[in-house]
Amino acid sequence: MPERTKQKTHIEFTLNGEAVEVAFAPHKTLLEVLREDLNLMGTKHGCELGECGTCAVLVNGRSALSCLVLGLEAEGRSVETVEGMASPAGLHPLQETFADTGAAQCGYCTPGFLLVAKELLAANPRPTREEIKEALCGNLCRCTGYIKIYEAVELAAARMRGEELELPREAVYGLD
Amino acid sequence: MTSDNGHHKGANGASKKDLKVVGRPFRKVDARAKCTGQTKFADDIVLPRMLFAKLLRAHEPHARIVKIDASKARALPGVHAVITGEDLPLSYGILPVSQDEHALCTDRVRFIGDPVAAVAAVDEDTAFEAMNLIEVEYERLQTITSIEEAIMIDEPRVQDYGESGNVHKKVHLEFGDLDAGFAAADHIREDTFFYEGNTHLPMEQHAAVAHFDPDDKLTLWSSTQTPHYVHRALTKVLGLPAAHIRVIATPNGGGFGGKSDPFNHEVAVCKLSQITGRPVKVTLTREEVFYCHRGRHPVLMHVKTGVKRDGSITAMDFQTFLDGGAYGSYGVASTFYTGALQTVTYEVPRYRFRGLRAFTNKPPCGPKRGHGTPQPRFGLEVQLDKIADDLKLDPAEMRLQHLVKPYSLTANYLRIGSMGLGKCIEKIVAGSDWKNKFRQLPYGKGVGLACSSYICGAGLPIYWNNMPHSGVQLGLDRQGGVRVQCGSTDIGQGSDSVLAYIVAEVLGIDPFDIRVLTADTDLTPVDLGSYSSRVTLMTGNAALQAAERARELLSAAVAEKLSLPVENLSFADHRVFDVENPEVGVAFAEAVVLAESKFGTIGTVGSYTPPRSPGKFKGAGVGPSPAYSYSAAIAEVDVDAETGLVRVERVWIGHDIGQSINPMLVMGQVEGGVYMGLGEALMEEMTYRANRNVVHKFPSLLEYKSPTTHEMCDVKTYLIEDADPNGPFGAKEVGQGPLLPVMPAVANAVYDAVGVRVDEVPITPEKVLAALRAKSQGKPARFGPKGVPIVEWPEPLKVATPAEGGDGREMPRVAIHS
Repeated sequence: MPERTKQKTHIEFTLNGEAVEVAFAPHKTLLEVLREDLNLMGTKHGCELGECGTCAVLVNGRSALSCLVLGLEAEGRSVETVEGMASPAGLHPLQETFADTGAAQCGYCTPGFLLVAKELLAANPRPTREEIKEALCGNLCRCTGYIKIYEAVELAAARMRGEELELPREAVYGLD
Repeated sequence: MTSDNGHHKGANGASKKDLKVVGRPFRKVDARAKCTGQTKFADDIVLPRMLFAKLLRAHEPHARIVKIDASKARALPGVHAVITGEDLPLSYGILPVSQDEHALCTDRVRFIGDPVAAVAAVDEDTAFEAMNLIEVEYERLQTITSIEEAIMIDEPRVQDYGESGNVHKKVHLEFGDLDAGFAAADHIREDTFFYEGNTHLPMEQHAAVAHFDPDDKLTLWSSTQTPHYVHRALTKVLGLPAAHIRVIATPNGGGFGGKSDPFNHEVAVCKLSQITGRPVKVTLTREEVFYCHRGRHPVLMHVKTGVKRDGSITAMDFQTFLDGGAYGSYGVASTFYTGALQTVTYEVPRYRFRGLRAFTNKPPCGPKRGHGTPQPRFGLEVQLDKIADDLKLDPAEMRLQHLVKPYSLTANYLRIGSMGLGKCIEKIVAGSDWKNKFRQLPYGKGVGLACSSYICGAGLPIYWNNMPHSGVQLGLDRQGGVRVQCGSTDIGQGSDSVLAYIVAEVLGIDPFDIRVLTADTDLTPVDLGSYSSRVTLMTGNAALQAAERARELLSAAVAEKLSLPVENLSFADHRVFDVENPEVGVAFAEAVVLAESKFGTIGTVGSYTPPRSPGKFKGAGVGPSPAYSYSAAIAEVDVDAETGLVRVERVWIGHDIGQSINPMLVMGQVEGGVYMGLGEALMEEMTYRANRNVVHKFPSLLEYKSPTTHEMCDVKTYLIEDADPNGPFGAKEVGQGPLLPVMPAVANAVYDAVGVRVDEVPITPEKVLAALRAKSQGKPARFGPKGVPIVEWPEPLKVATPAEGGDGREMPRVAIHS
């Protein structure tokens, strides 16, 4: 195994809207820096090889797999994790609809889905079901079959546009 | 606590429309924590001075361990302990009959991934480096790579126990006069099928943290579905009193059965913590999760069924051959499950089952969603489709005509309760426009139908005892707070929420005002675990009993205070009031104060033990359940005859849930079940390189193909509520059942689309093309196994069926031969 430097590197960046500085071994991924050096455990991991989307965060508003990004690359950038989505005023509409519709079953993949969905809605406030599928196709979920996730994204999009929308009856009770 | 009157009423006789919580789509009690990143999974736990562990896993599939030299690893700065098999000499295993695992192999490694040593170091990098410095000298042994080899090659043995050679278990059960049954048939079909193994693939990799405190008490936090069984295994392996061990199951980031065994990494971190006196964490890599496995057994099947012209079954003879991998795990139970539930959907008056489980040098198989049932259900439902074709009958109509009767006893002594399969079939047939599609769609498009059933909890515990399967403690504090404690484990299915919903319903309070405390062996009464779809029914009944007992105490105190008869009191909207005069009443919190003043501190318990099984023969322990859920599915597919690619466009599914405790969560389980079934039908497989090394082909999330949003189909769901008297409020399971009909429905739809049978899952493009090619060459239009091994089966254990006047016991042998 090649020698790894134990010398820590020091960076500053914006994390969930706040300036942070952190020192860490330079080989560490952003995922590791967030979880191990900044103690933000909301970002999860499913493979640490860029295969599952579980560790997705937003870097300057764009989704990125934090297991494939070096922590160093966050320098001077703005990183958003699931911990930054809610405000004192309440949950982000996506968090609310994911919780209310059962889009989070085990909840392990949820942070990644939330952030990728947030990126989608920022660019496209009125996505079609197909556009939602396309945006979320890099995130794996083993619990839901994705359907409740689509519904939650559609509901949040409507609410963010200021429209009143409830889940269709068949999504909650099944067809008659 | 269950009512025996055959019809269901809600708590306190409330009719269904009076229910305030049950049947309504509340969010889960832990949903917001999960959507804000606050839920603490096992790997999110960090303790001061915590060390990190790594397990060195064998790169040989079958070998004797000649020597392990860990001196270089021990000398590495930052390493605090290295342990090998000799540090943990005692064996364990989930079933009492197969205590065949060591946390670290003592003499032999049995599959690539079997652990031989464990390291604890100051950080993960150091632990990893130390792990790679451990030198192991192996002496290679011949590998056993398949069911056929395991049957043919007796030496070397993968395990030193079992039936003989590399056969772990053989079962032979016969219910009724098979010969007479086949003689009465107008048509007999014999088919062979193969169901490839696949794995759970939970998004969360297993993780565990162990901490020995200075009082020599151990706490283990682990992503396990079965904290009680882990507790028992640790007691045995570590040689500590059970009272000194506390197992806390952290919320599981998906389980699906894959976190139901006690695991080597759990034992290893406990030992490392004991040695170092510091907390030790292990988090498996994705590759290691593939080696933990315990997933779907590959099963080769031979099915012989006799039918009358109308499709009614006269006899069924089922043979299964399971590739168990290297260890026992749940395998004996899995073997019985491949033969148990064939009888609970359609009338099968005479039934024979022969099952064999083989040991091979692969990661051990065990329980995955549906445990042992999806494989035979695939064979059975595809064969019925062929039979309908032979008899020129509509497969939906044929099934509808011969459904098992509700509240009846099957030939193999399974007691059926409520049975909504007919309604499930009718709904999907109408909803999908089946009658205008079946055999009428253009070439390349097709529809297929299949049905299934699943248990709502195993009738027997894993180790023999007469105690309840689930216990609930309820605490009420004088300010109106309610605390529910139960050993059940939330793996995402919503079991914490089910506890809150049921208690809230009975006590007339808000589910979000209830504190739910679960899965902690120090603080919660035993629940056997989140497996066998048992939790809603069993913990639900235990919670119902505890809540009804609390309600009785509160009612007595309030009735006294208000000078009203107890039966006049109702609980709703945080109040206890006179039903005839609703403004007369007290707030819930005041009711608790009155009760505490009268009786002292208010706490109640509830527990649940399933009814006794009517079957008394050896092997009757697998299959019985307090209730059975039912599902029926129609898949509509598009098959590209050029590429062989199968696309499932839509699935219509009906599921008999008994009564939804929360319909939205039931919908989520149905959709998730269809999703996982789709993966098994089309792409998921645990396969190994064909050379003697038995290397997993693709232990990664990228190469082990599972459905993304692009592969997931549209799902049209119908919930059938045929309340079961044994379920809380009539509820039955939904976690596993809806997966079962998906694979055969897809296979049957492929046949409808392009006229070829793929008698094997996953139905990959290669297999479809091979079948199309065979068809074009005038050969049988089929892809699938050619046959099953000829083996010597033990003498059958014969049981007369209920219709033959049987009493559920084995018939005396002498009577058989006279």
